[in-house]
Amino acid sequence: MSASTFAQHFLTGISLGGAYALIAIGYTMVYGILRLINFAHGDIFMISGYFMIFAMASFPWYVAIPIVLLGTILLGVVIEKAAYRPLRSSPRMSVMISAIGVSYLLQNLATYLFTAIPKSYPEIPFLKIIFQFGGISASLVTLITPVLTVVLVIALMQLINHTKMGMAMRAVSKDTEASRLMGIKVDSTISMTFVIGSLLAGVGAILYFTDRMTVYPYSGSLPGLKCFVAAVLGGIGSIPGAVIGGFIIGICETFLVAFGYSTFSDAFTFLLLIVILLVRPTGLFGEAATDKV
Amino acid sequence: MRRKVLSAMMILSLAAACLSGCGKKAAETEAKTTEAEKTTEAAAGDAKTTEAVTEAAGAEVTTEAKTTSSDNVIKVGVFEPLTGENGGGGVQEAQGATYANEQRPTVTIDGTEYTIELDVVDNKSDKTEAVTAAQKLVSDGCVAIIGTYGSGCAIAAGPTFADAKIPAIGCSCTNPQVTSGCEYYFRVCFLDPFQGSVMAQYAFDEGYTKVAVIDQLGDDYSTGLANFFIKKFTELGGEVVTEQQFQTNQSDFKAILTEVKASGAEAIFSPSSITTAPLLIKQARELGVEAPFMAGDTWYNTTIIDNASPAYTEGMVCSTFFDEADTSNEVTVNFVKGYKEWLNADSSRIESNGGNDSIVGNTALCFDTYNVICDAIEAAGSTDGEAIKTALQGISSEGVTGTITFDANGDAEKDTAYIDIVKDGAFEFLKTVTVQ
Repeated sequence: MSASTFAQHFLTGISLGGAYALIAIGYTMVYGILRLINFAHGDIFMISGYFMIFAMASFPWYVAIPIVLLGTILLGVVIEKAAYRPLRSSPRMSVMISAIGVSYLLQNLATYLFTAIPKSYPEIPFLKIIFQFGGISASLVTLITPVLTVVLVIALMQLINHTKMGMAMRAVSKDTEASRLMGIKVDSTISMTFVIGSLLAGVGAILYFTDRMTVYPYSGSLPGLKCFVAAVLGGIGSIPGAVIGGFIIGICETFLVAFGYSTFSDAFTFLLLIVILLVRPTGLFGEAATDKV
Repeated sequence: MRRKVLSAMMILSLAAACLSGCGKKAAETEAKTTEAEKTTEAAAGDAKTTEAVTEAAGAEVTTEAKTTSSDNVIKVGVFEPLTGENGGGGVQEAQGATYANEQRPTVTIDGTEYTIELDVVDNKSDKTEAVTAAQKLVSDGCVAIIGTYGSGCAIAAGPTFADAKIPAIGCSCTNPQVTSGCEYYFRVCFLDPFQGSVMAQYAFDEGYTKVAVIDQLGDDYSTGLANFFIKKFTELGGEVVTEQQFQTNQSDFKAILTEVKASGAEAIFSPSSITTAPLLIKQARELGVEAPFMAGDTWYNTTIIDNASPAYTEGMVCSTFFDEADTSNEVTVNFVKGYKEWLNADSSRIESNGGNDSIVGNTALCFDTYNVICDAIEAAGSTDGEAIKTALQGISSEGVTGTITFDANGDAEKDTAYIDIVKDGAFEFLKTVTVQ
């Protein structure tokens, strides 16, 4: 493999990893607070892709992007209020089944409304500028994705570690009951988590779909599952973990294909999930649960 | 506790992956039509409206067929999905049969003129329904069967026709098992893998010596075409510089395409679904891969041009069963002219055809099927199923889609396919390619 081919693969890998990381954060944050795997997260990501198609049909991109992000946030919060909040005191399994239900609902709703024919994702002109240096060729979005991911994650870490809202989130994630007693509005804190998760999924969707150009009702399912694996790999509940997990999976997948093992690239991701659960169930950066009885 | 929950989740997520995989597959197989717009809509879960439309069309076809009944009547079954997933394609085929029946309403056996009556049944794109529908055709006393669109239903109904010793001829069902698994099943279209050989011949004729192949893992259509392409192209003296495989649901082809770029291929053969096509094309151009794309009949679909942008698809080539712009054959020219007039005479026919008067391969193949059956009945001089079957094996019929003869398996022996190229954002007939 020549140096330029290697560089091209590496670029593809970190770009893919960046998009995965943004989605994985959504999984990890919701898990951190609610102990719930939000299976609908991948589908929120997919619907966000459709939002962009409709927004770009009537507005220029600088208006369309905020509309899409707002729409995605709204969708995330509505799902939380409608499908998860009423089940807050139910067993955890019920909420998870509800999440799976929402996931299928969104997929089938999208099939019903937009048909299963893949729809072309609108092009945001400046993101598609193609750069060439040496043997490497990439569009701006490929270069921007990992950078934007890192910037967003740093901002998010600041939010969580240095603001009141962040403190509330950490408190709720440690102990919901106690934080309620301390006067934290648990429901609005949870809503805020969904706002952040959906916002990042919205940003991820713009980057991911601009690079991959088509949206269809199932385009959120496989990336969703992979990002879930990324979150588990990094240690579910840990934000830096989810980001590292996303990058690891993105890069590994790309290089597996590059070495001619394209057959195994998906299998590898899920094998990784099994191995990490067996060897280190808390993930790379997860804290060991200290359940006091 | 946490570990247990996680492992439960893992199982669930794997199950979810399987299920979503299935959904995708259905959406993809449906894309294997030559003119998929209508069909895809049906499969897309918008089945309700399409069903209504196709049902109306089905009813129309039936009533038209029944008005021709008289004393000396031979019944020919039209076994097609008028509703369900493949409703769109099925109706297009049924219309081809209806038109053919209007053009040639009688056959002559020993100097006696017999009227042919079409008996249209709806197999609802469903394998269970297909058997029931086939049984109805058998009990109605049909002497031969036309159809069906969708190989699955043809395979399911095969034994029913074989037990009753009634020959059936498929129009566009391309799965090898349709004929290899049933002695009484024939077909007039070429098999999928044949297109691979055709494209190899085309690539070689164009002067390409280094070609990259990209195919979809676990997809019979894709790997079949790819294997035949590789075999033929290597035989002709070309070199397949790299073969890359991707998975169902994959949307990121950058790694694959980087390898293709590094291999220095002059052209890329990538038989795959219409979902994959625009992704491949766009990502290739972005990575600076300039080699033209070649593919099989699934790519003969305008949604690809729309999704991948006309500038990127310029020069893309694909093979297809039939092209109405082919003027090299007089039978074809007459058929195209006559059928367009017939379609335009009634707005409901236009609607069933997919909203315009462009003629898809399925219709042409079904027209040929009807004529092959008529020729076989006349050649056999009898309406006995066994006699017709024997006649079919020795028949040579000049059809719209080329000369039709059958091999021992019951497959049409064709040596020609149509090649279309994208020019100025639209498919344009390029030439016919004959494999030596």
